[in-house]
Amino acid sequence: MQTISQKQKSIHIVTPNSFLAWIGKFLLILIALFALFVLAKNLIAKPTLFAQNVLDGLKLGFVYALIALGYTMVYGIVKLINFAHGDVFMVGAFVSFFAVEFLGLHVWPIAVFPDINPLLANVLGTITIILLSMVICVLLAITIERVAYKPLRDAPRIAALITAIGVSFFLEYFGLLEFVFSARFIPYKRPFEEMTWYIKDGIHQVEAGVTTPPGSITFSNIFVVIVIATVLAQLFLQYLVRRTKIGIAMRATSFDKPTARLMGINVDQVISFTFGIGAAFAALGGVLFAIAYPSIKTLMGVYPGLKAFVAAVLGGIGSIPGAFVGALIMGQAEILTSAYVSTPMRDAIAFSILIIVLLIRPTGIFGEPEKEKA
Amino acid sequence: MLLEVKDLNVYYGAIHALQGISFDVKEGEIVSLIGANGAGKSTTLRALSGLIRPRSGSISFKGENITLAPAEKIVKMGMSHVPEGRKIFAPLTVRENLEMGAYIINDRSEINRMTERVFRSFPRLKERINQLGGTLSGGEQQMLATGRGLMNKPTLILLDEPSMGLSPIMVEEIFRIIKEINAEGTSILLVEQNAQMALSISHRAYVLETGRITLAGSAKEIANNPQVKEAYLGI
Ligand SMILES: Nc1ncnc2c1ncn2[C@@H]1O[C@H](COP(=O)(O)OP(=O)(O)OP(=O)(O)O)[C@@H](O)[C@H]1O
Ligand SMILES: [Mg+2]
Repeated sequence: MQTISQKQKSIHIVTPNSFLAWIGKFLLILIALFALFVLAKNLIAKPTLFAQNVLDGLKLGFVYALIALGYTMVYGIVKLINFAHGDVFMVGAFVSFFAVEFLGLHVWPIAVFPDINPLLANVLGTITIILLSMVICVLLAITIERVAYKPLRDAPRIAALITAIGVSFFLEYFGLLEFVFSARFIPYKRPFEEMTWYIKDGIHQVEAGVTTPPGSITFSNIFVVIVIATVLAQLFLQYLVRRTKIGIAMRATSFDKPTARLMGINVDQVISFTFGIGAAFAALGGVLFAIAYPSIKTLMGVYPGLKAFVAAVLGGIGSIPGAFVGALIMGQAEILTSAYVSTPMRDAIAFSILIIVLLIRPTGIFGEPEKEKA
Repeated sequence: MLLEVKDLNVYYGAIHALQGISFDVKEGEIVSLIGANGAGKSTTLRALSGLIRPRSGSISFKGENITLAPAEKIVKMGMSHVPEGRKIFAPLTVRENLEMGAYIINDRSEINRMTERVFRSFPRLKERINQLGGTLSGGEQQMLATGRGLMNKPTLILLDEPSMGLSPIMVEEIFRIIKEINAEGTSILLVEQNAQMALSISHRAYVLETGRITLAGSAKEIANNPQVKEAYLGI
């Protein structure tokens, strides 16, 4: 008797009220249809403006992708949402700021080789800045993992999650101190000059002080750099995870740690390595974000961090292609919302997506239902 | 002495799973560990390979004290543990599972040589080389688990119920392969439910009962022991 009544009780709890669920689905379909209608209307009315928005959405989405990869990889291996990841991204931006502003590190190629091709000098200088940011962020992330997360590896997951939130707050409020990064917006000096082109009857460079003709689509070298860097990062990661020994060991460790140890895999090293890769991508994202939106502040990592987290959940947390696709969708959702609905809605849309994904398909686009392992 | 265990005590929280067991394995031997469910056989193997830390006692392997050594180090010293329940990496292909078995080997040609060696024993794996481990049949997974355990060229291999879930023909086959591995110079510590089969290929055996070794001797002696006959051989 007792077991039967318990069973009924639990069934009652997990089964959503079908009428409410039906209304919910109906509302979602209405919203989706409305969104499609708004998009279609604007696409037809002003196709070039629409294309411009899509391009801007891509730029944002690609940066989110770099951050989302770190969330998804770390989750894949230690089942932890590393909430400090957005702050590592911020540190990446600040390191590049100091390197450019105070060290002038981006001009070393010209200083060392005065006859160097200016484009090559820019590329080398920027890569140097990015590498420096990566190194610092990798060290930071590995330290965070060793100090804050590793002691909790066998603790309940919620303990590590709360610790991650704590680490995030620590980094943010430490950064807010006047003698660290302060709370101010800081204008960011790019390691290279922005150049803009417009597309209309071919591609033309935009001259300073000249307005582009109506109906043209503009893009900049920054956009090109972001796309190239993100695509390269994604390809590198696919190669790493599919083809290299350490990458296969990452997947093995993610699936079953004790058995991975029986293979001779040093699980602690593999976990550090994973945090390191995630942090390197976050650093790259931080530098590119600062270059694209050249004003930085200590809390700059909070929203991009949360949105990249939503992107990772949307794509299916733990899935690398998922993070990429999720981030591109997030970028579009945000830019199109701010263009065609209202600008303040751009943050709301991100978290609406999170709620909808969790309601409809918690495993995300590429995610598989998680099997509980012993 | 290849492996020497002295007065080993292992706890799971308050449960005293191994209560001062001592045994050894010499070079070239097949030694069986038999016992009922829950006797502590798998626990013994987990302590040997460094997955759990004993509270007291000592384990020495190739003359070195490895009682508290990390699992990675023990593998590098030449001890390989094929765990109970196969523990295949389900999202990895057969090839990738084997590569993980050879994780500690850096020489590519050596890995290829070992892969060929494993395929000779388990030709079925070769046909399924690009299939995901999780989609193999139970018997195929057992072959993969054993093959993976051989990939790092162990001096001593710990096999935890290698015949579990196999058809009678495959059981014969796996025991034939175990003997073959042994003939090529690898020592074997074998845990089996199938005591009769295990004793038939072993040199020596130990009987484990609720965390204690109650009987030790040559495989023949153990097989002929009246209590063993009754309790484990069903005669
Ligand atoms: N992780 C654990 N936590 C608590 N107790 C455990 C754990 N693993 C094993 N035990 C207990 O330790 C004892 C020995 O278990 P072990 O798995 O070594 O038995 P076994 O001889 O391998 O049995 P079987 O033949 O069923 O595989 C059992 O009583 C078991 O319940
Ligand atoms: Mg067992």
